[in-house]
Amino acid sequence: METEVKDQLVSIEKPELVAPPNWEPVIMGILCNWCSYAGSDLTGTSRIQYPPNIRIIRVPCSSRVDPWFLIKSLQTTADGVLVSGCHPGDCHYISGNYYARRRFLVTKKLLNFVGFHENRVQFSWVSAAEGPKFAKVVNKVTEDIKKLGPLHLYKKENFEKK
Amino acid sequence: MARVGVFVCFCGANIADYVDVPQVVEEVKRIKEVKYAVEYKYMCSDPGQGMIRDAIVQHKLTSIVVAACSPRMHEKTFRKALSDAGMNPYLLEVANIREHSSWVHQKDKKAATDKAMDLCRMAVAKSIANEQLHEISVPVTKRALVIGGGIAGIQAALDIADARIPVVLVEKSPSIGGKMAQLDETFPTLDCSQCILTPKMVDVASHPYIELIPYAEVLELQGFVGNYKVKIKKKASYVNFKTCTGCGACWQKCPVKVPNEYNLGLDKRKAIYTPFPQAVPNKPVIDAEHCTMLTKGKCGICAKVCLPGAIDYQMQDEIIEREIGAVVVATGYDMWDPKPYEEYGVGRFKDIITSLEFERMVSANGPTNGVPVRPSDGKVPKNVVFIKCVGSRDEAKGIEYCSKICCMYTTKHTILLHHKVHDSHAYVFYMDIRAAGKGYEEFVKKAQVDTAATYLRGRVSKIYKKGDKLMVRGEDAQIGQVVEVEADLVVLATAVSAPKDNPELARLLGISYDKYGYMSEAHPKLRPVETAKAGIFLAGCTQAPKDIPETVSQASACAAKVCGLFAGDTMKKDPMVSTINNEYCSGCQNCVNVCPYGAIVTDEVPVGHGSKDLRTVAKINEGVCQGCGSCVAICRSMAINLAGFTDPQIINEIVSI
Repeated sequence: METEVKDQLVSIEKPELVAPPNWEPVIMGILCNWCSYAGSDLTGTSRIQYPPNIRIIRVPCSSRVDPWFLIKSLQTTADGVLVSGCHPGDCHYISGNYYARRRFLVTKKLLNFVGFHENRVQFSWVSAAEGPKFAKVVNKVTEDIKKLGPLHLYKKENFEKK
Repeated sequence: MARVGVFVCFCGANIADYVDVPQVVEEVKRIKEVKYAVEYKYMCSDPGQGMIRDAIVQHKLTSIVVAACSPRMHEKTFRKALSDAGMNPYLLEVANIREHSSWVHQKDKKAATDKAMDLCRMAVAKSIANEQLHEISVPVTKRALVIGGGIAGIQAALDIADARIPVVLVEKSPSIGGKMAQLDETFPTLDCSQCILTPKMVDVASHPYIELIPYAEVLELQGFVGNYKVKIKKKASYVNFKTCTGCGACWQKCPVKVPNEYNLGLDKRKAIYTPFPQAVPNKPVIDAEHCTMLTKGKCGICAKVCLPGAIDYQMQDEIIEREIGAVVVATGYDMWDPKPYEEYGVGRFKDIITSLEFERMVSANGPTNGVPVRPSDGKVPKNVVFIKCVGSRDEAKGIEYCSKICCMYTTKHTILLHHKVHDSHAYVFYMDIRAAGKGYEEFVKKAQVDTAATYLRGRVSKIYKKGDKLMVRGEDAQIGQVVEVEADLVVLATAVSAPKDNPELARLLGISYDKYGYMSEAHPKLRPVETAKAGIFLAGCTQAPKDIPETVSQASACAAKVCGLFAGDTMKKDPMVSTINNEYCSGCQNCVNVCPYGAIVTDEVPVGHGSKDLRTVAKINEGVCQGCGSCVAICRSMAINLAGFTDPQIINEIVSI
């Protein structure tokens, strides 16, 4: 049933469009202060190199992240979004990451339903001690988004032009 | 109109080598709100901070962006610089261009520079939406709760109480003293454990600032640092401690005998008992599980012989509530159960005992009056085999870590055996001898010479019975041969393991624990006594295996932390908490449900101005709020915002690049 509906919708992804040469995606990384942001700092302190496409926003907890932020990012500046929090059970605020996890399952489904590829928004757990893991996550997300190409159709200016 | 000042740091070469700092400054100057932008070698240095202070005054800046290292590093430093210039410190934003750009994109200067510019744009955009915030003052309840009355809890309680801060000490067994009270002598000095511990136990009981609640456990902890409320269940002891004189007539006459926990079941105690003669408080309790009066309604001898009439069979569990400001967790450790070592015949052969059982036997107040005997026939053993690392450093059967104290206590046991049975001989199977500590290596060396014990490096593969002896078969790796030792008694140096109640207690307190069940410290090196939850501290083996000196040091460290916390009448609290706009609140109470701290309650406000009808809205207790923002994201009517991370701030960041 779900797939039938999807077929009728116009996909937001445009795989047939060729990305301009030297195109680099912009990825919005929204990280919780206590685990993932500290983990990304550790990546830096350990001098582990990763692609420069990610722009990092610090929030106190992954539960602070409103789905609005993801949609706004995709609508304005970003080709993909990464949200990262503490491992389940390790939340600095006891249970915040559980709320975040549930919220993003729904958000992802919704975005998928309206035609975004599921890799446009990604979610990960990175602890404050996992510098190498953060680099790995960024590598993967960047690769995924590069494969998907620029996010043309959903950009606000395209709406306004119409 | 906002007037933003941007200060870009070179961090020596750390940033400047990989990011074109002057270009970043030029680019930032093109943002229309930026009225001043400058670069400097070390923004965090005093001259660097001076530049910020001067610029705030000279250029009438309304918010500040420092592009430098991680905000987790120097946010506080720069906030102070803003305060010093008379500006609200929360008008600062830090762009993390070191950890997030120069250090991770060292091979591509252009990309790193572009990213640094973007990070600056984001910080500038966010700072425009920053608001003035003021630290919140919260009153502090100057009373500490210590959970566990072993040497860690005793030391922490005494140190805190000596600073004239009231302490509530909760111990789950009828007496304080813990594991240390079960030891005979302590390494490396062979001090008598009881002689150094019992005076401290008495000090605890008589200290005017310590409220000792034995035979009790913590049920619930609510609140936040400085303002916790704890519920303690005091188990029914069936003895009124106020009237009991501790004469001992009751337990002498009690007809019911049960295995004695203090001596690990090596002898019997009565159903009404004090755990050991030096117990504090020295008042008996009735073991409700075994007392025939309580189980079957028959007997009542203790009540008959008790002259002060202290026995009360009707006594119920009692709930005690206390307001406290800080918690010290000192729940100690359990001895690991060696059951998985089937090849050793654990459980099948009576003459295999654990090290703590050996400790009880050689103890002067132990079940055998200080003489080690074979549990099977009561004879004094001549050949004793000690096996180290039983459970420790064994991923297959036990636990991965080294229990830290077994090498030392086994060495001590060889000495004690030598002292008690002069013609005995000790064999020690070991993997390594880990004797790091003041006087430890010397102690081991001296013991090896004095006792002439045979040290065999290798693991034991099997123990079997031959007549009334035990044959211990193992490897001597140093000669590369299998050896067999005929033993009268085998002592297993069992591992230290986390108390089995730790996970439950951790959940109840809201702190985390590791995969073994030890409580987790906030930072393994720099914050080893704090937990991630403010106001809760860890002392002793509840955090990891430790010997007595380390435990005592950590307990005193906890006391220092508690005293520091209680130094002022109020506590300063971060103002980054949620606020509710009543105009928008629809009273759905989703936020009440998601708040992990119970910081949100409901309130009634008039429906309209001057109206008598009331409607429900949510209300945030800013003293309790920890600023996670769960409520902000869940709020459908966007009535809640989190100061410091408001929706406009974050959206500004998103759209700025």
